[in-house]
Amino acid sequence: MSDIPTDLKYASSHEWVRIEGDTAIIGISDHAQQELTDLAFIELPEVGLDLTAGDSCGVIESVKTASEIYAPISGEVIEINDALQTEPGLANEDPYGEGWFYKIRFDIPGEIEELLSPEEYTEQVNI
Amino acid sequence: MRTIPSAMEESTLKRTPLYNTHLALGGRMVEFGGWDMPVLYTSIVKEHHSVRNAAGLFDISHMGEFLFEGQEAKKFLNIILTNDLSKLDPGQGHYSLLCQDNGGVIDDLYAYRLSEDRYLLIVNASRIEVDWMWIRSQRNSKYKSLQLEMTDISKNYAAMALQGPNSVEIISKLFPQSATIQKNDILETNFENESIWISRTGYTGEDGFELITPNIQAVGLWKEVFKAGESLGLAPAGLGARDTLRTEAGYSLYGHELNSETTPIEAGLGWAVADHKINFIGRDTCIAQKQDGTSRRCIGFKMTGKSAPPRENYTIFGSCEDKREIGQVTSGTQSPSFGFGIGLGYVESQYAKSGTPIEIEIRNNRFPAEVVKRPIFRKPD
Repeated sequence: MSDIPTDLKYASSHEWVRIEGDTAIIGISDHAQQELTDLAFIELPEVGLDLTAGDSCGVIESVKTASEIYAPISGEVIEINDALQTEPGLANEDPYGEGWFYKIRFDIPGEIEELLSPEEYTEQVNI
Repeated sequence: MRTIPSAMEESTLKRTPLYNTHLALGGRMVEFGGWDMPVLYTSIVKEHHSVRNAAGLFDISHMGEFLFEGQEAKKFLNIILTNDLSKLDPGQGHYSLLCQDNGGVIDDLYAYRLSEDRYLLIVNASRIEVDWMWIRSQRNSKYKSLQLEMTDISKNYAAMALQGPNSVEIISKLFPQSATIQKNDILETNFENESIWISRTGYTGEDGFELITPNIQAVGLWKEVFKAGESLGLAPAGLGARDTLRTEAGYSLYGHELNSETTPIEAGLGWAVADHKINFIGRDTCIAQKQDGTSRRCIGFKMTGKSAPPRENYTIFGSCEDKREIGQVTSGTQSPSFGFGIGLGYVESQYAKSGTPIEIEIRNNRFPAEVVKRPIFRKPD
């Protein structure tokens, strides 16, 4: 039902991770945005913040509920998607593209290996 | 990503006769007041706009129906309810409250006078058992000699709410005589040889009708309404949109703005309390509070700057001088009609005037808001 691109890694808490050199781009999965529906407000971590994998680093508000977002891997936040501040619906419309959340310079390459593969994540969301 | 509040219970949830209809429509089912109900079919925002701009159909079969019949039914109901049934002609209804002796609200409801000596109450799903026990205990303790029969018909009846500007055109295709009834009126009519009730009421701030039908007719009636509404933009609407719509309309929801610790006057529902009645349960408190005022009041508010939507239990602060805590949010959401956060809450009465600047604390930061008159959202004429 939901789109799970095969070139990405996933966290069990429904974030996706795209690796480009020493940078990781992070957003929420298509499955997550479908579950939340109608995003109304997104609070992202500040640029410069050092995150440890598993840290709560922001909040997504749909019309109905608030959900926390977690850092899937450790590193320093180097850029956030400002467009989400005015248009949170981008994460509904294009969760893997225009709706990305933030970028980090990651510290521990080993953490990437511990993330879920597209197959493993597919299995998780289909249960 | 993890949802912060999660109160889903997997126990034995009750299902309405329309349960399979919701599944077939792709409804996302959630627990509500012990019932397995659709929170949305496509999107809360889309369903909300359907109701504001065209029409939406809600399953409200979980709500309760009590029937009172007999010469002294009115007398009894006028003792247990705050509003005055003497104001109603047969075929009319109004909003009313069921209170404890101390004025605490047991439930809010709609009371209809079906005929000379026949009354119907529509109560909240989560309060059916509590209401019925309270009403029965009143009847059995002090009012045993009154001539009336009372029946809880909740289990035998389903209901749906057709809401939105196109509702009248849709209903007129199916039940032409009901299209001419006035706001709060109720009509008894037939659908496939069964008697059903149609009232011009709702919980969205839009024109609309509520159809109360024996369980066996529910699926057929739902389908007929859809057939009639197909070309008029009718969409199924879930509890999510019901909540955003009623919050915009500024309507109270039991368990949020109303509970046994709040009185009708604090809730701003004094207009549904008939203080000219000599005797009704909760009268002393209501009369005293109408005269002397209350220390807190229910308000509507809107966020005035960029912020996350307000949510239930967030703290409200005054924004003048000392900026101290003055109350709590009882309902909050992103308003799909406005595109910003709105809510209902209780504040100290001196802050309850519309236009008063207040602040809402959201995750340890305070954001500016303003007290507004209810309805919070009103469509431009």
